[in-house]
Amino acid sequence: MTSPDLSREPYDVVVLGGGNAALCAAITAARSGRRVVVLEGASHFYRGGNTRHTRNLRCSHDGTAPTMTGPYEQQEFLDDLYRVTGGQTDKTLAEMTIARSRELLPFMDEQGVRFQPPLGGTLSLGKTNAFFLGGGRGMLNALYRRAEALGVTCLYDAPVIRLQIEDGFFVSATVKYQGREIDVRGKALVAAAGGFEANIEWLKQYWGEAADNFLIRGTPFNRGDVLKMLLDKGVAPVGDPTQCHAVAIDARAPKFDGGIATRLDSVVFGIMVNHDAQRFYDEGEDTWPKRYAIWGRLIAQQPGQIGYSIIDSRSIRLFMPSIFPAIEAQTIAELAGKLGLDPAQLTKTVDDFNAAVRSGTFDHTVLDDCRTEGLSIPKSHWARRIDTPPYYAYPLRPGITFTYLGVKVNEESRIMLEGGKPSGNMFAAGEIMAGNVLGKGYLAGIGMTIGAVFGRLAGEGAAKHARN
Amino acid sequence: MLATENLREADRLMTICNACRYCEGLCAVFPAMEMRRTFAAGDLNYLANLCHQCGACYPDCQYSPPHEFKVNIPGSLAKLRNESYETYAWPRALSGLFNRNGVYVTLATALSVAAFIAGFVAWSDPSALFSPVAGDFYRLMPHNAMAGLFGAVALYCILAFVMSLTAFWRDINGPQSAPGVAGFFRALGDTFHLTYLHGGGGGCTSEGGDAPSPSRRLFHHFTFYGFLFCFAATSVATLYHYAFGWRAPYALVSAPVVLGTIGGIGLIVGPLGLLMLQAKRDPVLTDTAHRGMSTAFILMLFLTGVTGLLLLALRDTAAMGMLLAIHLGFVMGLFLSLPYGKFMHGLYRFLALVKYAGERRSGAFIE
Repeated sequence: MTSPDLSREPYDVVVLGGGNAALCAAITAARSGRRVVVLEGASHFYRGGNTRHTRNLRCSHDGTAPTMTGPYEQQEFLDDLYRVTGGQTDKTLAEMTIARSRELLPFMDEQGVRFQPPLGGTLSLGKTNAFFLGGGRGMLNALYRRAEALGVTCLYDAPVIRLQIEDGFFVSATVKYQGREIDVRGKALVAAAGGFEANIEWLKQYWGEAADNFLIRGTPFNRGDVLKMLLDKGVAPVGDPTQCHAVAIDARAPKFDGGIATRLDSVVFGIMVNHDAQRFYDEGEDTWPKRYAIWGRLIAQQPGQIGYSIIDSRSIRLFMPSIFPAIEAQTIAELAGKLGLDPAQLTKTVDDFNAAVRSGTFDHTVLDDCRTEGLSIPKSHWARRIDTPPYYAYPLRPGITFTYLGVKVNEESRIMLEGGKPSGNMFAAGEIMAGNVLGKGYLAGIGMTIGAVFGRLAGEGAAKHARN
Repeated sequence: MLATENLREADRLMTICNACRYCEGLCAVFPAMEMRRTFAAGDLNYLANLCHQCGACYPDCQYSPPHEFKVNIPGSLAKLRNESYETYAWPRALSGLFNRNGVYVTLATALSVAAFIAGFVAWSDPSALFSPVAGDFYRLMPHNAMAGLFGAVALYCILAFVMSLTAFWRDINGPQSAPGVAGFFRALGDTFHLTYLHGGGGGCTSEGGDAPSPSRRLFHHFTFYGFLFCFAATSVATLYHYAFGWRAPYALVSAPVVLGTIGGIGLIVGPLGLLMLQAKRDPVLTDTAHRGMSTAFILMLFLTGVTGLLLLALRDTAAMGMLLAIHLGFVMGLFLSLPYGKFMHGLYRFLALVKYAGERRSGAFIE
């Protein structure tokens, strides 16, 4: 790509980041006639941050969408949000997000994004979530095609290294682009550059050396640079900096960017042990979709940040196929040897578990009556003896999805400054501000909802500011 | 252990895709994959032939190169598909024709054209070859000779098809199974509609980049229906000749000529479009080593259409004799290349669609 003349005159709107939120903002601003530049730190292939790994968008709707069952009323959406966040949400913003989520399907449709019926073999999200045809990258490609058709300048490999902000007012962003430092001036800023989950050093501030053993499920580009620059310039923070969303994923996954394919759903079907071959939590506490997200944190607290899901041949076909093959053995002791665990201890752990199992009617689709008795760490449901070889194991590590720390915004998506004043020309959208709405927990597809709703708001606000 | 590098790569990719499944709305390959947890050679050959190579899954994939998983379904399945054509070729001794396909098709065609010219000169009225004979083809080659020659070659092709398709069906289903009737009609519908050359609604990535486009499906329709119309024209003419004793040449408004003209136009527009799109296409989505096979087949269809229409237009002139030899030579070359070239993709894909329709009906999970 030839270098565009970036410093000729100020852009109307400078968008930092290149995912769903950034593109929704850029498209919205460009549609109202503004001159927009998108500064994406990643390459063309890796553009879009964690949007490339998403697959659906949660939205309230009236049930007439052809690919969805429904309807999904606003109140129900709100109840779901309150339930997962335990009330850690800004109620005004939450209600506004959900109300405006009703506009998202028609908006995405206008931009050329296509949807499909919910994916098979996954959570039953057909009522609440609209699935992108071909997944998040397909959706992202459509948004980029639309942005480019509207004349938006999209720069790749253009990480922001400095922000010039004067008294809470954006002046310019300095990007490193094609070996040079370039000041990109703009009348308004949209910060949509994600969280800091790929910044291991930053994670270590809260997690210590354990963070070295974390796997990052998404883009390596979410290093939180823009977030940090904004917070250093007097922007008000939101969300617990120590918290991140962590699930248990296959320990053999790549350090970054393993995405959805590295998840494992085997935990509820057997036992989970740590490196000492000891169980450490009730594997049958609740259905996997609800408990999916606790295991990352649980494993992060174990020695070496590793856990092993142990099942037998009766369970190997009951969950989604894994990307890496299960480790297989004819005896528990042999399996322990292959995993590098103490064979005697793992055999004892399995024997103790098997002895405590009270038989019932196994049904993994409901909270069944198969449970243990007499163990200090019980298994409340789906407890079946692990006694039918071959035995299988999967190693698991914490897989970090996103972080909660962000910049505080108001209902116009405008960035709030320390002291409570809104910024004159800075807006934020997406993961960088999701903590305003999602202070805790997770709801499938909510990240895309927040990104699209606040992206559109930020685009509207930035365009309006630039026109005046 | 799978026998070839192409099979092992397809197995690796299907295992990744089966853990992801984002693409299941795009075509039949991914839902068929989801009915399995492991992939034997027959499964992979089935999936490879079920793939219409629309390419939509490649720009949609978060794991395509340069990601370290290097997932490239269209390119990898194209290679495996072409390898499978050799595996099922009958007789096996001729499976090498898939590899040097451009050379084979060119030679077969050139020799056929030469043979028709020589034959006309040797066995018919030599003066008729260069003088107007009012479209009377049979002065150059008696009808029975023409029908006998092409009939014999056609019978050979049918034999080769049956043997090859039987080998394919057994490989993907096991030795005992037979196609179901219901699946047959569903597959017929999917074939005539090209349901899966559509990227789940967006279209093929045929124009380069990630933008979906309906053009490849459209030009394939032109080619496919052009071929069928030409086939129908020949069939009707044969019926006229034997059942009613109506001899060619037929009037411009007769069924054989109208059908043949429509078909000929399809065989010009469709192949030209497909060749243009092939040139534009990102080579990573294709099996570049076998590109000659596609090109040869498309060119043969195109040239059959062109020579056929020329023959019609000039059938009352002195050029007719030479044009007839050339046209018949191209048709013969096309026939000879049918069991050993790109034509086979349609037959294997049809059987894969039959299997898919059956699987979808039963909803069975295959252990």
